[in-house]
Amino acid sequence: MFDPNKSTPKVDHEEKCSGEAKYVADIILNNTLFAKTVRSSIAKGKIVSFSIPELPNGYYVVDHRDVVKENYVKMVFTDWPVFTSERVNYIGEPIMLIVGPDKLVIDEIISQIKITYEEEEGVFDLVNSVAHKSFKKGDFEEASKRAVRTIKETFETGYQEQAYIEPQGMLAYLEEGGKVTLIGSMQCPYYIKNAVINTLGYPEDKVRVIQPAVGGAFGGKEEFPSTTACQLATAVVKIKQPIKMIFEREEDMLVTTKRHPSSITLEAKIDENNKVLGIKAEVGLDAGAYIGLSAVVLSRAMLAVTDAYTIDNLDVSGNVYVTNTVPTGAFRGFGSPQMIFAIEMFMTHLAKDLGVDPFAFRLNHLVKQGDLTSTSGFFRDPIIMKDMIKKAVAMSDYHKKIKEYSKPGVYKGIGMSWFLHGCGFTGDGESTHIKSRVRLVKDEQDIVYLYIAAVDMGQGAKTSLKRVVAMVLDVPNEQVVFDYPDTDFAPDSGPTVASRTMMIVGGLLARAAQKLKDSWQKGQYQEIIEQYKQPDYIEWDESKLQGDAYPSYSWGVNVVEVEVSPITYEVQLKGIWSVYDIGKAIDERMVIGQADGGITQGVAYGYLENMRHEKGKLRQKNLTDYIIPTSMDMPPMETVIMDNPFLYGPYGAKGVGELTFVGGAPAVALAIEDAIKRKVNRIPATPEYIMELINNE
Amino acid sequence: MNKIKFNLNGQDVSVELDPSLRLLDVLRDHFQLTGTKEGCGEGECGACSVLINGRVVNSCCFPLANANGKKILTIEGLAKTKRYQILKDAFHIEGGSQCGICTPGMIMAAESLLSMNPHPSDEEIRIGLSGNLCRCTGYNMIIKAVQKAAELGAGLW
Repeated sequence: MFDPNKSTPKVDHEEKCSGEAKYVADIILNNTLFAKTVRSSIAKGKIVSFSIPELPNGYYVVDHRDVVKENYVKMVFTDWPVFTSERVNYIGEPIMLIVGPDKLVIDEIISQIKITYEEEEGVFDLVNSVAHKSFKKGDFEEASKRAVRTIKETFETGYQEQAYIEPQGMLAYLEEGGKVTLIGSMQCPYYIKNAVINTLGYPEDKVRVIQPAVGGAFGGKEEFPSTTACQLATAVVKIKQPIKMIFEREEDMLVTTKRHPSSITLEAKIDENNKVLGIKAEVGLDAGAYIGLSAVVLSRAMLAVTDAYTIDNLDVSGNVYVTNTVPTGAFRGFGSPQMIFAIEMFMTHLAKDLGVDPFAFRLNHLVKQGDLTSTSGFFRDPIIMKDMIKKAVAMSDYHKKIKEYSKPGVYKGIGMSWFLHGCGFTGDGESTHIKSRVRLVKDEQDIVYLYIAAVDMGQGAKTSLKRVVAMVLDVPNEQVVFDYPDTDFAPDSGPTVASRTMMIVGGLLARAAQKLKDSWQKGQYQEIIEQYKQPDYIEWDESKLQGDAYPSYSWGVNVVEVEVSPITYEVQLKGIWSVYDIGKAIDERMVIGQADGGITQGVAYGYLENMRHEKGKLRQKNLTDYIIPTSMDMPPMETVIMDNPFLYGPYGAKGVGELTFVGGAPAVALAIEDAIKRKVNRIPATPEYIMELINNE
Repeated sequence: MNKIKFNLNGQDVSVELDPSLRLLDVLRDHFQLTGTKEGCGEGECGACSVLINGRVVNSCCFPLANANGKKILTIEGLAKTKRYQILKDAFHIEGGSQCGICTPGMIMAAESLLSMNPHPSDEEIRIGLSGNLCRCTGYNMIIKAVQKAAELGAGLW
């Protein structure tokens, strides 16, 4: 029997170290043309006219007139044009591609293109709601009557850029018979395939999507690559030569989707025993110019409203607003980081306002097994948060430090966040929308092939999913083959998002492998297809947002220690400690790698990563002015993974990827708050904001 | 156009190309050495790190003209050495590589660091790798990997 906790060599380790792994930019096909996008330079207006210089031989313009069928990119909400035709709605909106053999000539052509606009006043505030959602738990009105205190605060969060080190890129070519094939940096091969089928009006077997090595994604390659795929598919049908489009960093930073800026107002009703009877929450997300999947992000933000606490009465509403800014979209955590930041700060602020110890106050509200979730579903599985908190407190010496740092004139601080993350798609998404299928094939040599659409974008899916199959079959890893997904062979096992890959796809693979094992016929070709089936216990009403929003939850505790310079207000991280309950670690080293990287991004979201726009124009456009952590910014990190197997996960595994992100920002913001002895209501807590808090009293 | 001559991964080469081209593009497009990656194109991320006369340099900010007469080592050249084997094994043992796009550059930077300082402290490793961005790992495991390489490869650097 294999031990799932044990780590195995990553299957792609050698090729990634030696540089032999092929990312899309590294793939060279004969006669490949290059494409670059001509984009809107204004935030809102009409295109009156444009003039294009005479094109040299072999150069092409591709725009909305070339779209074969639908000029929309199919995603959750289909409102993004492939190429805009008359109106532009944000700076950077694609108008046309210039395609040709020499990148310098393409740049020269683009510099001569003149577009005349009739400019209109853009909308940049959260005023145009395009999606509204709400749900209730208990009776907030009645709880209000019993309350003796009401405390209300607003929290704001900024943009965050995924900043994967490999920029977006896509390569399209025609196979014999006119099949459109796309190779690109992506998380969701079937999102791309379905979007391309939709824009071309082609049958399923005339579009193929192949994943090469992907250099980081973090949600940024969830829905956005569908837009470039639709553009290149349009171009390749017209030009009939391979076409490659690799974004430069500046273009990537200016036009790809980012984390939604948010404004969250929370109002608590508290009784005479300092118990929070109810919370009213209003969530606003800035979707940018198009809705895309923002309404789903809103759901996740709203559902996380009570985080790791049980509050009996809730009145939660939220809106997605469109503005004339770059569209926002998926990013690790998917709405939940904004809410977890707000509620963690709020719970601490409530305790401070009530004059009680925040640690004890939060502990009094901590969720227990059997409690109702925010949407009145059940926390069915054992919750071991108390043990985890105890561990984190001991590792970080939290109580001693918080006492010591409370002295005046000490600019050190420590903050602790408690959090959960729902694993997999929200509600019945897995069973009604995704309907994942996995395929296992055994050849006559008894080699087992995994055919799934799950993408390894660095998290190690290629290694860990293969391992699950090998463990179930009780065969050596080498007897199992898992190549990069290719939609001609792999069925739609769903997108590589929502912390679902191990729990859902890994779970399906484990079941398929068990069936194969039970029916194993040596030397014979065998094929097993397994389809997702929702656990019977899940009851979910999507229209009312009521019931079990997720099949299970992963849990975490983060502690961050900081020192703030009283002169420059710069924040220095001094230590990070984490404890996670992810059910069971499949390959502990890989899980800790996810944990280290997740909290690094999460903490940086809270204090470092700053992106703003001025009337729709982003002020940060490269890694020079959008600062992500370097090795010198990060302190040593210590992480403990608990063992609390989940009945329906493969070997007990639940979700990992996003969980490790969501607690970072509140932990660092609480640490900064502790250091400067002022309430933090906004992230990133930049030196400028800290100075404001200290000086504007 | 004048010929530009340099030593690339141990071989003397000469090219007749626009001397203002970025060394990165010459390596990738002309020599098909695609192990050197482009992450930002302005010297911030270090994915394009190569060694020029033994020192780590961002090849995206290095014009071809300046390569004349220099010794250039890319990941493909380093990959043939024993030191690389040690670095690769250490990155495996400590889990220092995830998506892999920064890894060749990180290994070049580690090679440069260890060749100047075979037994760096944790702090010295953090400084030595500070020109190489990684978005996946939070650096913890990379720092440990370089420590491990220094330990496993004692005497090689």
